[in-house]
Amino acid sequence: MNFLLSAEQLEIQDTIARYLADTCDSVILHREIESPSWQSQSVWQGLCELGISAIGIPEAYDGLGMEMIDCAVVAEELGRAAAPTPYFGHTLCAMAIAELGSDQQKQAWLPRLASGEVLGTVALAEGNGSWQPDQWQLVGGDTLSGEKTFVPFAEHAGVMVVGTAGGQLMLVTPDGAHTAFSAVAGIDQTRKTSSVTFSDSPAEKLGAAHQGDRLRDAALVLLAADAYGGATRALSMTVDYANVREQFGQPIGKFQGLKHQLANIAVEIEPARGLYWYAAHAFDHIVDDSPRAAALAKAHLGDRYLQAARDCVEAHGGIGYTWEYDLQIFVKRAMFDFAYLGNPACHRKRVATLNGW
Amino acid sequence: MDLKYSREHEEFRAEVAAFLAANWPPIIDGQPAKGKEAQIAFRKVATEAGYLYRNIPRQYGGSEQPADVIKAQIIGEEFAKVRAPREMPGIGIMMLVPTLLECGTEEQKDLFIPKTLSGEYRWAQGYSEPNSGSDLASLKTKGELVGDEWLINGQKIWSSGAQFARFMFVLCRTEPDTGIKQEGISYLLVDLKQPGVTIRPLKQITGGEEFCEVFFDNAKTPASWIVGKRGEGWQVSKATLSHERSSIGGAATSVGLYEKIVDMARNTTIDGRPAIEDPLIRDRLVSLQGYVQSHLYSSYRQLSMQAHGQNPGYVTSMNKLINTNIGHDVARLARDLMGDSLMVAPPVEDAYKAGPEKWNNQFFGSLGVAIAGGTSNIQRNIIAERGLGVVRDSVETK
Repeated sequence: MNFLLSAEQLEIQDTIARYLADTCDSVILHREIESPSWQSQSVWQGLCELGISAIGIPEAYDGLGMEMIDCAVVAEELGRAAAPTPYFGHTLCAMAIAELGSDQQKQAWLPRLASGEVLGTVALAEGNGSWQPDQWQLVGGDTLSGEKTFVPFAEHAGVMVVGTAGGQLMLVTPDGAHTAFSAVAGIDQTRKTSSVTFSDSPAEKLGAAHQGDRLRDAALVLLAADAYGGATRALSMTVDYANVREQFGQPIGKFQGLKHQLANIAVEIEPARGLYWYAAHAFDHIVDDSPRAAALAKAHLGDRYLQAARDCVEAHGGIGYTWEYDLQIFVKRAMFDFAYLGNPACHRKRVATLNGW
Repeated sequence: MDLKYSREHEEFRAEVAAFLAANWPPIIDGQPAKGKEAQIAFRKVATEAGYLYRNIPRQYGGSEQPADVIKAQIIGEEFAKVRAPREMPGIGIMMLVPTLLECGTEEQKDLFIPKTLSGEYRWAQGYSEPNSGSDLASLKTKGELVGDEWLINGQKIWSSGAQFARFMFVLCRTEPDTGIKQEGISYLLVDLKQPGVTIRPLKQITGGEEFCEVFFDNAKTPASWIVGKRGEGWQVSKATLSHERSSIGGAATSVGLYEKIVDMARNTTIDGRPAIEDPLIRDRLVSLQGYVQSHLYSSYRQLSMQAHGQNPGYVTSMNKLINTNIGHDVARLARDLMGDSLMVAPPVEDAYKAGPEKWNNQFFGSLGVAIAGGTSNIQRNIIAERGLGVVRDSVETK
């Protein structure tokens, strides 16, 4: 019984935190959100050099062979920095190929995904809240035609895992002739997304029908981890501000009204890390409970992050409402984490069913 | 991360389960017995086996086991499974005994610990006063050494179970004023069965009487019944906090409450259908589940940190407020599931036999949790100042 991160996991987090502190500061974040195109490719390149692109890929294919919990603690750290990187889609794409792919598919993609030479992504949503595998309607065959939306960093991807009817995942290599992109005017510009139109795109099956559920669960865990990291950062920014901003001749943190707001935010966030830890652990080790754990973690942390981010803006006062101040970036990242792959209410509904109620 | 128990701990679990199968409930006069007498007999055997009073030396009636939070957790789980009694409940075991072990004299330990463990001596806490609640250090009850006795005058309040207790540990002001209110307080042990003590139970919002006002009018206690040095009672009272194990117990309480409210939703109907099928109730129950599971995993983390000799840090200061918030949430759900029973008074005794109106005890009790042992607003000060490092107010919060 040991519900703690390992020394190695803490070291990974520390390494990423130090790397991002140097390379992904406020100026970089603002440059990113001002631009419709992805500006921070060098930040991702640096992460690939640190091995982050290889984290969920087996060692036999040049990866680091790590588990979901390792992938999730990285997501927490990237969330804490609001890092504008395609880690989420890339890691999910690689995990799906590693778990479901044929030898030939693994050989073809995993080593290049591991090195970062090829970027992977996932195409799940079909619009109108159709995120879940049992809602996918795109018909998969030797070719694919139709549209997916909110596909992260789609224009940059060399390989795409696409969800199709019956929960069947398909592998698609985007090319100019059969795939067209239309950027979504996203609220969270640290994670660019696009709608992708497939026109007779050559496609091959990845695994069997109904195996899309595992990909969905993995995605929920990574979103929950990102939300935890982001929420802790929003809170720490607010504590720092409360300790330096003076009104009525004293730091505003001395006022109990604000002090209690900060304590309430902390009590909402701090205990919830265990939800994503457990969900990540269950993904590999308690597989029967994994769908429920992932849904509960995403529902709870999606809610907590967005509310905490809003509360932190309110606690700041006017400066929190400006474009210039970084907090707005976290509010929007929280909006993404809240809605992507279905909102908390949608996943609470699933949890109730998975509880056997 | 590994949520499995080690082989050593799994073997230990089997050993505890086997012990319980053989010893609980004990057979008295040919019948399985669970009454008071049976509990006393069982506790004695369970202590000899090393499962109860683990951090108390054998010479005082404990089982003196090496500290192992995982084993303690396993014992708790296995005892709970078969509803076997654990340590005597009450503030004597929870607070006084650890304080005596840390700060008491040999005479005090010999005199009080064994009989407290056996249940013969019950204790009440004498901390709060009518004008010293959250600002406890402003307390005014006076202790004066006259010859070889302390003479005590003043009033204590919110002393749970004082009407049934034999002794009280009392914070008194014994030294001249230094201008710092935490100084000059002493920690005295007082026999409540004496003419100088008047105990008046207070009727609570629930209709029950748990806590009391206690008046000292020239009450007496031997000079040697002071724990720690004169004037250092504040530090003595705080030493107990290092023994707190509320984190683990708190999460178990949350889980238990959650399971009960889910049961209630299964057994209550809304518009002719089980409430658990109502979309709004399902959503609220899963929201609660998120908080309860968070608390549970947070307790696993705290447990793991303790087991590895790490300090769990500021999350421990949150446990009480987390419990309180969950209690409020359960109360709101119960309120909405109870229907008309919200208007029905719960029975004061044998409430478990009653209908849905028994939830009114939780409805009030959740407020008690929010207040007792430091109100939620005091907890928020502690979390913000000591946990988050928000700049302190000029008012010292203890």
